[in-house]
Amino acid sequence: MTIGMKTVSIKTIIASAAVAVGLMAAAPALASGGAAHPRSGGFSFDGPFGTYDQGQLQRGYKVYHEVCAACHSMNLMHYRNLGDAHGPFWNPKYPNPNDNPVVKALAKEIQIADIDSETGEAIQRDGTPADKFRNPYPNATAAAAGNGGAAPPDLSVMAKARHGGADYIYSLLSGYKDAPAGVTIRDGQHYNPYMAGDLTPFWTGDPKHVPPGGFIAMPPPLQNGQVTYDDGSPQTVDQYAKDVAAFIAWTSEPKMVERKQAGFGVIIFLLIFAGITYASYRRIWKGVAH
Amino acid sequence: MAESVVHTESPEGGDPNRRDFIHIAAGAAAVGAGAMIAWPLINQMNPAADTLALASIEFDLTKVQEGQQVVIKWQGKPVFVRYRTPAELQRVIADDHAPDLKEPQTDAERTKPGHEKYLVVVGSCTHLGCVPTFGAGDYGGWFCPCHGSHYDASGRIRKGPAPLNLVVPNYDYLSDTRVKIG
Amino acid sequence: MSDHESTYVPKTGVEKWLDTRLPIIRFGADYMSLPTPRNLNYWWTFGGILAICLMTQIITGIVLAMHYTPHVDLAFASVERIMRDVNGGWLIRYVHANGASMFFIAVYLHMLRGLYYGSYKAPREMIWIIGCVIFFLMIATAFLGYVLPWGQMSFWGAEVITNLIGAIPGVGEPILIWLRGGPAIDNATLNRFFSLHYLLPFAILGCVVLHLWALHAAGQNNPVGILIPKDRAKKDLLPFHPYFTVKDGFAIILFLILFAIFVFYQPNALGHADNYIPANPLQTPAHIVPEWYMLPFYAILRAIPDKFGGVVAMFAAIGVLFVLPWLDTSKVRSMRYRPTMRTFFIIFLVVGVGLGWCGGQLPDSPVIGSFKTFTLFDGDLNSYLWLTRLFTAYYFAFFFIIMPLVGLKETPLPIPATISEPVLTGADAAEQKG
Repeated sequence: MTIGMKTVSIKTIIASAAVAVGLMAAAPALASGGAAHPRSGGFSFDGPFGTYDQGQLQRGYKVYHEVCAACHSMNLMHYRNLGDAHGPFWNPKYPNPNDNPVVKALAKEIQIADIDSETGEAIQRDGTPADKFRNPYPNATAAAAGNGGAAPPDLSVMAKARHGGADYIYSLLSGYKDAPAGVTIRDGQHYNPYMAGDLTPFWTGDPKHVPPGGFIAMPPPLQNGQVTYDDGSPQTVDQYAKDVAAFIAWTSEPKMVERKQAGFGVIIFLLIFAGITYASYRRIWKGVAH
Repeated sequence: MAESVVHTESPEGGDPNRRDFIHIAAGAAAVGAGAMIAWPLINQMNPAADTLALASIEFDLTKVQEGQQVVIKWQGKPVFVRYRTPAELQRVIADDHAPDLKEPQTDAERTKPGHEKYLVVVGSCTHLGCVPTFGAGDYGGWFCPCHGSHYDASGRIRKGPAPLNLVVPNYDYLSDTRVKIG
Repeated sequence: MSDHESTYVPKTGVEKWLDTRLPIIRFGADYMSLPTPRNLNYWWTFGGILAICLMTQIITGIVLAMHYTPHVDLAFASVERIMRDVNGGWLIRYVHANGASMFFIAVYLHMLRGLYYGSYKAPREMIWIIGCVIFFLMIATAFLGYVLPWGQMSFWGAEVITNLIGAIPGVGEPILIWLRGGPAIDNATLNRFFSLHYLLPFAILGCVVLHLWALHAAGQNNPVGILIPKDRAKKDLLPFHPYFTVKDGFAIILFLILFAIFVFYQPNALGHADNYIPANPLQTPAHIVPEWYMLPFYAILRAIPDKFGGVVAMFAAIGVLFVLPWLDTSKVRSMRYRPTMRTFFIIFLVVGVGLGWCGGQLPDSPVIGSFKTFTLFDGDLNSYLWLTRLFTAYYFAFFFIIMPLVGLKETPLPIPATISEPVLTGADAAEQKG
């Protein structure tokens, strides 16, 4: 009888712990509010073995460069990063991305604000791989003033700074809709079902069925055919959104591929190590009742 | 029966001093794990990617006056760019085979053909790294104030404790007036 | 066990020379040969796991400090530089960030083991109290460390938690300004938090030495919970090495596998997305929550309608642990032989997890469905506010009412005379399998 009770107690403890872990995992999801759940972009980097699709990153850079970069900074990125391992223009021939001719050419296209080292005067010069991605605004105040008071956020780690990551960015960019009838839109705002927010104060319909999403200051940034792809990929908003979301996922986590590969090796090693140690443990405790 | 179950020391496994294969394997795996952990902790102190990215700079030679030098910062160190006068040039070429050269080098080996009047050297004394003073010393080149090393106008060590000539960095002429160092 | 005699015999001349001057090898050898109850189960391996956690945090922390810049304008970017440009920096930072969570998983299991098997009772009160000090220092260190990346959660976490001090009547406000080094969280705050975050782990290390010293003096508890009589020592005790080094080693590796899964495959799952937004003193995130390991205490804080009362309750929730040895009136250590208390313990576990869950929710949102029932005082009955209050009440009742009363009223099961007895009946084996 004692035995039975003990068995139950330990099982209960383990079950409670499992419930605890489950609840912890569920908590952020429950807390995320009234936005629509992001659609999956079907990305190549999903899952424990997923890697970035280089073609997609190149297209994503093009979309970023031609569309997003007009308003958004990416302060943590340098042009040299484009030639880093698993990056959009990675070429194993150039282990040092600063020597990569594609990267050099892309950097040279950009005019960078600098100070002349002799005269101390403000100049514009050609970019180099060591330069940061050009910031469209000289400072945060100018960024806010140029966009109706809301500075466009820096995109460097955007995929890590939002629940849903790349799927969220993809859904948001391709998910603009006309506001449902009954929603009063504020001036300079746009409705997006994937935007975090609470529309209750702006909703005149049934209070039990407030539409999902919120207001976003950014107007729909992408139009079909806006960016020219030279690899035959469809030139649609959906494709642009996917590609730029993948690009931002890469800028947010440029070492993801190394991380997953290292993790695979480490976990295999630890499993073997655990097996050997368990055998050693069994040998040492052989014949010792405990 | 009670005692036999609780009692230890069975011949195969109970003896803690026995070193058989599986314990050696476990120990080896632990050592391997330690080495795997040690490597990233050591490697993180090597130059980071952003440091390596700033490995080269460009410089416009028209900014140096004849007989003068300009000091620029490259990889955190001073680089001397010196526009030598004909008299200085003559003197260093005459000394190309002087017996007091500790590290014999001709001036031509230390400059680029067609641009002999410009000397580009790293401005760190090869003794213990102080920055030598321009135009001082017994040979009209540089004099290191820390421990008294004399360099000539080709940056060659002539007298004092420094063992080697001032280092010529890797550099190339992009045009007649523009060099890229690094 | 306290009278464990040294069995170390110096062999070489150097060892003999050293042994009379600094008997450090003897100290290590004595620890390795420490007689240890043979019936310790895997719940006892968390001490070793915690030692690994502390060393991991200290070593990765020292390395991160080589690259981190404690300045409001540079901190966020310097952390991201570690993630991008420093060789292997992403690995070191993710190990450090997830290491904090792993540390708390291990410490909570370690504490619950102590609670279940009565490891806090005489003669082990000092081990337990020092452990409580370590736990408190861990919370402080983790909080200070979370501020350093200077993201939105860092900033607003620091704002909210330092404001707790401001709740102290009278002296709160001046202390708050002194603590922050200004009227608001700013560069001065970040700098001192960095300094203290570097210091406190070494205070923890010092406490760990005391914890082990006290353990050496009083001897290990065991799942049966009885003191081992001297005449049973030979039969009931085993040298720590190799029996428990290999057992702890195996458990540590299993724990490292869990750790590696987080570091390499879910490195941000235990963190909050908002902390990848640089700190902005002009805008609060929509929903701020502390790290998961603080949630139960955060829930208790919010359960009390009064600001100062909430702070007192939160600190009391940790403080009660210090007096635990004197709240438990039972003579029996292990809950294995206290079926009534065990039931209350299981409810306590559920309540603890429940508090953590409540801490992550908005207090006003309904627990079940989306309907309202009726308003009791300041909130609807079907809200996390009232669920949290229910759980908080149980949390304190467990220590202040249940523990003293059950100890006096219950009839414990018969306790074996030796720890070998359950080995023979198989009860121990059944529990481990279960």
